[in-house]
Formats: sequence, structure tokens, C-alpha cells
Amino acid sequence: MTRTSGNYSRIAGAIDVVVIGAGHAGLAISHLLGNGGVDHVVLERGEVANSWRNERWDSLCLLTPNWQTRLPGRDYDGNDPDGFMAVSELVRFLEAYAADSNAPVMTGTAVTSLCREGNAYRVLSNDVSWTARAVVIATGACNAPSVPNCAADLPAEVVQLTPFDYRSPASVPDGGVLVVGASATGLQLADELLEAGHEVTLAAGEHVRMPRSYRGRDIFFWLKESGIHDQRYDEVEDIARGRRLPSPQLIGSNDSAILDLNYLATQGAQITGRLVGARDGVLQFSGSLDNVCALADLKMRRLLKEIDITADALGAPPGEAFESTYIGESPPLTLDIEQAGIRSVIWATGFRPNYSWLDVPVLDRKGRLRHDGGIVDAPGLYVLGLPLMRRRKSSFIYGIEDDARDIAAHLVHYLSTYSERPSDELYQNRTPGRSVRRSA
Amino acid sequence: MTDTATEFKNGVNVEALLGAREALTDMPEAARFTWRAESEWQNGTHTESRIFGFYGLGEEQRHVREFRYDTDHPEIFAADDLGPTPVEVVLVGLAGCLTGGIASVATHRDITLRSVTATLEADMDIQGILGIDEDVRNGFNSISVNYRIDADASEEDIAALVAQSQKRSAVFDIITNPTNVAVRVNQ
Repeated sequence: MTRTSGNYSRIAGAIDVVVIGAGHAGLAISHLLGNGGVDHVVLERGEVANSWRNERWDSLCLLTPNWQTRLPGRDYDGNDPDGFMAVSELVRFLEAYAADSNAPVMTGTAVTSLCREGNAYRVLSNDVSWTARAVVIATGACNAPSVPNCAADLPAEVVQLTPFDYRSPASVPDGGVLVVGASATGLQLADELLEAGHEVTLAAGEHVRMPRSYRGRDIFFWLKESGIHDQRYDEVEDIARGRRLPSPQLIGSNDSAILDLNYLATQGAQITGRLVGARDGVLQFSGSLDNVCALADLKMRRLLKEIDITADALGAPPGEAFESTYIGESPPLTLDIEQAGIRSVIWATGFRPNYSWLDVPVLDRKGRLRHDGGIVDAPGLYVLGLPLMRRRKSSFIYGIEDDARDIAAHLVHYLSTYSERPSDELYQNRTPGRSVRRSA
Repeated sequence: MTDTATEFKNGVNVEALLGAREALTDMPEAARFTWRAESEWQNGTHTESRIFGFYGLGEEQRHVREFRYDTDHPEIFAADDLGPTPVEVVLVGLAGCLTGGIASVATHRDITLRSVTATLEADMDIQGILGIDEDVRNGFNSISVNYRIDADASEEDIAALVAQSQKRSAVFDIITNPTNVAVRVNQ
């Protein structure tokens, strides 16, 4: 059962581990820590699966097939393994997981500060504080939408939304919509807005093109089977680039086999280059569309070629060819917002984590956590659930298991070698039998 | 300079480039460069520009010598044609930047280049600069670059090379994206 702050307040004080965030990552490591007898609490600002409940649009389904929706100790047990789970189903899945794992979740407990205190960490949530020997940051990679500076240069009458504000086509006013960004988010929203009768302009920068299925199997089957998803962070040539990659152009649906720029163009979308500015009511787009499409086509074909090795070995049917992205003779470089009838703009320009509460000096100059495969650059501090954190699959639900096991093992070892205990009375007086397993 | 060509594959010292990239990641200040040109009107549409000093790595830098460039216009523009038109020099910049990038990326990817040639074409409607039609822009309507590359790599790897070079090209970025330009007169 998920517990609330009311009946869990006894745990405030000293504790071995605080996990921040009760999404799939926080719950996965809580499950493993619980099994290992590690005394811990999971602090959650809202409810279990809070971001999924409140910060996603209505039609969103997971990009991964149901059989990949699994966490440590829990497999998908529904009757549609090849389907794609709606967000509401995922919320139920995570709720059930938290309950079955007896996860010590304190909901409605937003962490306002985390700082180093002696050999331990002090975790503050408004008036309540914990002293923890180790902390796992599982707050996710998508706490706030990233919006480019040129948003401020748009005319005031244009409605601006982020994916956090957008729920359905009813969220935007009648008329034309500019969708900025060609990742999964941008393409999915452009697709449903076109279907709802809006005129859609899609501004595309660098993107990741990927077919939903290939050689008779879902693309995620191949990413897993070929070992690509298991590629480790320390084997990737350009890790900074790998971690920046936008989400692939996919939709969790069996209906539309392919969601790419070619498809959206046939549905009537106007595809432009990356939005680079707005001046006097005129949008400016980069002339690099041809090259970003060429890059995406090349990289998709390279990926499929790598998959072919595995697919050939498994005797899969021959590979289908995918047409190159066609961008038309001369995609527009400017658009007059009023003349083009654009009434709203959706910033599908990615997300960033929020570490404003983190008072430990572990951020680089770009505001990213300094970590080595989730082991943060401060003793006893860990992170989970970032893209390519330990493996290519790190950002997918099923990808958290291996990462969480690695981090839990490191953490348990850290606790077992931890010499100085925080001098908190509650810690000395805590219930016996919930001590850290020292066998690791 | 000939030493460089013989010592390294394709004449590119890729280790030095990677070393610089690593060093500048930790010293973002040193990565701020300022490029300069001095120019002087000669006669008619003939201008001479000179390139020598620039700023980078935290201090003033110099080329090994001064480079001079003449720009003018062809005789059909009633000019003396003492140099290429400035718009042609833009094509020179693009070709130099993309081709240099191709050599660097190729070397990094362990590809040996035998020959890299390109033909660049830029279309322009001069009704713009002549003020005949307000709806016609002054600059290029489009640019096309056609490479012919002989290298020990597959067609696909060569395409990837050219794509990556565009992705990392300064001149490609300057041409494809807007830049704030401030032109002032100092009396």
C-alpha cells in the first residue's frame, strides 16, 4: 500500500537511503532496496507516477510495446503484449507495483533542499527533514519543457503551449498551429492536430527517424535483440551526443505503421527547417532542413543495417526499403505569422531536469549532473532514469531494471563501508531488524 | 606546410583537433574567437580586403602572413572585373569550410581521401539588388553544392561524411541561419 505523509511521519529523522521521486525509476530501486532489507523512504512531490498523471497529453501511449513494460519483480501480465500502453494504464501499472512492493512512499512530499551535512545528506521537505547516508535522485529527465529564447519574440496574440500544457487538439485555438520540434512529441502532436483539421507547420531540426517495425518485428524487439540497447555508456563513442539525442520519431500505435516527415507531409503538414527566430511577426527557419533529413536517413539506414545482422541470423523476412525524406523544392525560410494564419505554437523542443532544490555542488556549467553511469560526483549520491545513463535502454521503462540493480549494488556496498554514522538520535533508536544487509 | 601533408593521413592532424576539443570543453572562455577583416575601397566597385590578425585562445593571434583579396564586379556590370564579386567569395568560403570539414571528419573516421572536388552554384535574381522588384530578395535564392569524392569508403560512408561536415560547418551555419549584423560609421 502506498502510504501518505501522515502515517509515515515516524520515518522522518535519520535513515539509510532517501529516494527522491516515485516514478518507475524510484519505485524500481525501492523494490530492490526493500528486498535487500535496506532502510529507505521514497519522497514523492505528488502521487505515484506524478509526471505521467499530470504532465502528459491525453492520447500518449508508451513508445515501447507492452511486453517491455516491466520492472524488477514485475512483468507485463495483460493479454496484449504487442500493444502499446496508454498513460492511464501505465499509472495503474506503477500504482500496483508500488503497492505490491510495499514501497515506503511518502506522497505530497516535495523535496525543497538536499545538502551535504558531515558524512551524510540532509533532505528537506518544507518543515520535515531527513538525514540520509545515501540519496537516489529519481526525479526524471523531463521536469520542465525546454523552450528556446525566440519564444519571447513571438507576437503576444499567438498562443504558446508546451507539452505540459497541451492535452488534446482542443487545447489550441482554431486555425494554424506551428509545432516546433521533430521528435516523438512533435510528430505525434502534429499528427493528431492534422487529423483534427488544423493546418500544421512543423519546424524540424536534427531528429531520429525510425520505423515502427522492420522485418516483421517491432523496432524495440530488434533494438533489444541486437544488443544495441545493452550498449553501455562507457562503450559509446560520443556520450555527450548520445545523451542529447531526441526521442525517435515513433508513436505507440499499431494503426499508423510509420510516423515520419514524409507521412506528415502527405497528410498536409508544411515541413520547414529548424525555427531560428521571429522578427516583426515573421518566423525564420534554418536552410539546413535538407541536411538534417539526410543525416536522419543515413543514421536510420545504418541502424537497420546493424539490425540486419541479427535479423539474418534469426531468418527474419527480407528488410523493406524506406524512402528518403522528401522535403520539396524549396521549403520556406520565413513565414508571416498573420498571413499564414498561425494562431498557436507548441514547443516540442525537449525537456530538462530541474535540480533547483539540489544544494550539492555536482552540476556542470550546463546544469547537468556530473555522474559516472549514475554514480554522482559526491559520495553516496546516485541518479537513475536519465537518457543513456548506463545503457542505451536507460530511458525506457524496461531499461531501468539493469541500471537500478547496478546502482543498488553500488549503494549497498557504499553503505557497508560507510564508517561514520550521522549523529541523529532517531537513527540510534531506530527499530532493529531494518538494518542494512552487510553481506554485499 | 608540406610536412603536415606527409606526416598525417589526409594532411589532417586529427589528434591535435581532438586535443583542442577536449581542452576547450574545460575552458569555454578560450573557445571565444573573433575574426577580422580590414577593407579599403579602391575605385569603382573594386575593394581590397586584408586578413591578418584574429583573437582566440584568450589572446591576439596572427596568420603566418597577410592575405589580400580583391572584390569587384564583371564587365557586364560596367565594372573593371579586378576580382570576383563578393557573392562569389561567399561560395569560396562555403567550399573551403565544407571541404576542410570533409577532410577532418574523414581522417577522424580513418578514411583516406584521394580527391575531393566540388562545383558550387548559387541562383540569384538581380532584380532585388537593382531595386526593380521589392518582393525579390537581394541574396541567393538557393545554393547547390555538388561533390565528387574519391576515397577508400563506401558510398554511404561518403554521404555520411558530407552530411557531418555540413552539420559542423561555420559557413554553412552562417548562410542557413540568421545572424544579427551591426554596421556603423565611425567619423
